[in-house]
Amino acid sequence: MKKNTLLTNLFSFVKDALIWNLSGSLLYQVFLCGLVCLMLTGVYGYVIQFRTGLAATNMSNIVSWGFYISNFTFLVGVAAAAVMLILPSYVFKDKDLHKVVIIGEVVAVGALVMCMTFVFVDLGRPLQFWHLIPGIGQLNFPSSLLSWDIIVLNGYLALNALVPAYIVFCHYRGKEPVGKYYKPFVFLSIGWAVAIHMVTAFLYQGLPARPFWNNPLMGPRFLASAFAAGPAIICLVLHIVNAATDYKIDTKIFNKLRIIIVSAAIINLLMLFSEIFKEFYFPTHHSLSAVYLFFGLDGHDSLVPWIWTAISINLLGTVILAVNPFKKNQIFLLPALVLLIVGIWIEKGIGLIVPGLVPSPMGEIISYAPSSVELMITCGVVGLGMFVITVLLKPALIIEQRYEQERSG
Amino acid sequence: MATDDSKKMTRRTFLKTAAATTAAASPMALAGCKGKGLLGSTEAFALEFQEYFKSHYRLMTEKERKKTVERLERLTKISQDLDIDIDTTGPQENVLYGYAFNVTRCEGYMECVKACVKENNLDRKSNTQYIRIFEMEHGRMSPDQGDGKYFHEVPKEGHFYMGVQCFQCDNPPCVKACPTKATWREPDGLVVVDYDWCIGCRYCMAACPYWGRRFNWNTPEVPKKEINTRQHYLGNRMRGRGMMEKCTFCIQRSRKGKVTACVEACPTGARVFGNLLDPDSEIRFVLENKKVYRLKEDLGTDPKFWYFID
Repeated sequence: MKKNTLLTNLFSFVKDALIWNLSGSLLYQVFLCGLVCLMLTGVYGYVIQFRTGLAATNMSNIVSWGFYISNFTFLVGVAAAAVMLILPSYVFKDKDLHKVVIIGEVVAVGALVMCMTFVFVDLGRPLQFWHLIPGIGQLNFPSSLLSWDIIVLNGYLALNALVPAYIVFCHYRGKEPVGKYYKPFVFLSIGWAVAIHMVTAFLYQGLPARPFWNNPLMGPRFLASAFAAGPAIICLVLHIVNAATDYKIDTKIFNKLRIIIVSAAIINLLMLFSEIFKEFYFPTHHSLSAVYLFFGLDGHDSLVPWIWTAISINLLGTVILAVNPFKKNQIFLLPALVLLIVGIWIEKGIGLIVPGLVPSPMGEIISYAPSSVELMITCGVVGLGMFVITVLLKPALIIEQRYEQERSG
Repeated sequence: MATDDSKKMTRRTFLKTAAATTAAASPMALAGCKGKGLLGSTEAFALEFQEYFKSHYRLMTEKERKKTVERLERLTKISQDLDIDIDTTGPQENVLYGYAFNVTRCEGYMECVKACVKENNLDRKSNTQYIRIFEMEHGRMSPDQGDGKYFHEVPKEGHFYMGVQCFQCDNPPCVKACPTKATWREPDGLVVVDYDWCIGCRYCMAACPYWGRRFNWNTPEVPKKEINTRQHYLGNRMRGRGMMEKCTFCIQRSRKGKVTACVEACPTGARVFGNLLDPDSEIRFVLENKKVYRLKEDLGTDPKFWYFID
């Protein structure tokens, strides 16, 4: 009997979520249509890539990882950043951040979906991906860091999807979630968030063949840049939620996030400086990748404008956020947030992956820029991620708001 | 009762039954609607289907290996009307292959590259080559400072030549990196790839400090007349799109006691190949009597490829 009501509840939960997602203002409908168009662009690109093979990309035997893996690396950071909301709200019982923790978790889920899709579209033989699944395939665990990454990313996705799902479902039924059912997983997810980004850093760090990556600072720096860019993206989402829905977000929250972002961004810049010092104070044969990135080698300097832009806007964004010249209205900080996000995206994406592979171990130097197919597929994946975030967030916020009103009213 | 049975069913038998049932059913289904499937013929489709579900080469029984070889041979017959012979000879007792390259003798003719491309059915479309020859100025010792794209009469005054290929490391970083165990070191020292098990993630490529691996970005093409029909499952059989491949010291030749194609083709005798465990082999003579060195010893990869100077 009890089980039955649970099932009916689950059914109406899903039904309501669907209805809430499909209904909304005209602007919302246009937004959804835009996302669908983005995804269709990606599907079109993937069909081309699937038919011609990865030759449709600009990757080669020298630059064997490109735009997909660059974006993957950046987004792992965004996913890990949810911990910067989870930690204060669950462990330090911060009431303000607790109100938005669900948004952080949903952004993490969207980022993880994008991560996995980026890895999937990068595979030469996607239909054989089942070779990775233990039991029917063979996972090279614990030897291969890629197998570690697959495990931690999937685990983190499960944690970040199931914990909020349980809480929201309880609230939907007008009940208080039972702490002992989800709290252990919350604490697990805090450690796990650090793990996903450290393991992703180890993926590169563990390759002595690539001196540019074989650097013990990689893991900590990944975390610092993630805890700057991730909360910055969450901040943007909060601004959108604030403007587009009835779910109002307090200025205090923006201020708290700003402090987190600034601290992480400063640590990130310090580590960047430390890396630059090591490469250029006494340049060795192993510094060639850094020279290629910052100044160009043999006339191949396609990355040079990108990395200098990245460093400049990184600095500028950090300074604006630190000084906070518009104390009253946080919305004026939006451009600074965007600058910081774009800066870290360039520096940690293409500015990290491509120089790791150039010069090749045999000293060859080439330029790389993503092909149109790569750009289309990337658009599609980003569209998919935004779609996932939207359809998860919309019902979740409606339920949360209702629950709040019921409790207070 | 039925549930008990299905619980007892192992993965292998499950896949087998699934593959067999579908393989039997799909040609009929396809024949019913069209007669010719996506892959040209219904038989080819059925074979491809069974190939899709096959296991990792190292987990296959002798019988399963025989079956997949038959399927691959039949598929080539259907698609190209060509009779190929795929060998699965395993590693021989007391054999560990090693290679030495005489830097003094090589004059950069690149006959080895040509022979390798032919022997190993390398993709002509993207011009895949396992061997690279670098033209080096005197005073340099590492190929990354040389010119790997020279195009002029050789030998050039004031220069010497260095050949680079997969060094078949004893401690191979590529094997450690592969997430599906699709590449491994055989007991005779050869580092091989199960092409059909590779998912094409290219992590091994990033891990290799010698640039020893090649990826099939497009579907490889070899003119029918030029296909070497004497093939090995882990060696020169035709690869597909999205698979990693590499030099295997011509596994199809070396395991039959022959020297590699590059050694055979070299006009100057700069290349030495043999069994490191045989005290009377030429490679052992080189290692014991010449000054030899290896590339990037500091990485601890322990390559089985030495350079020496006369």
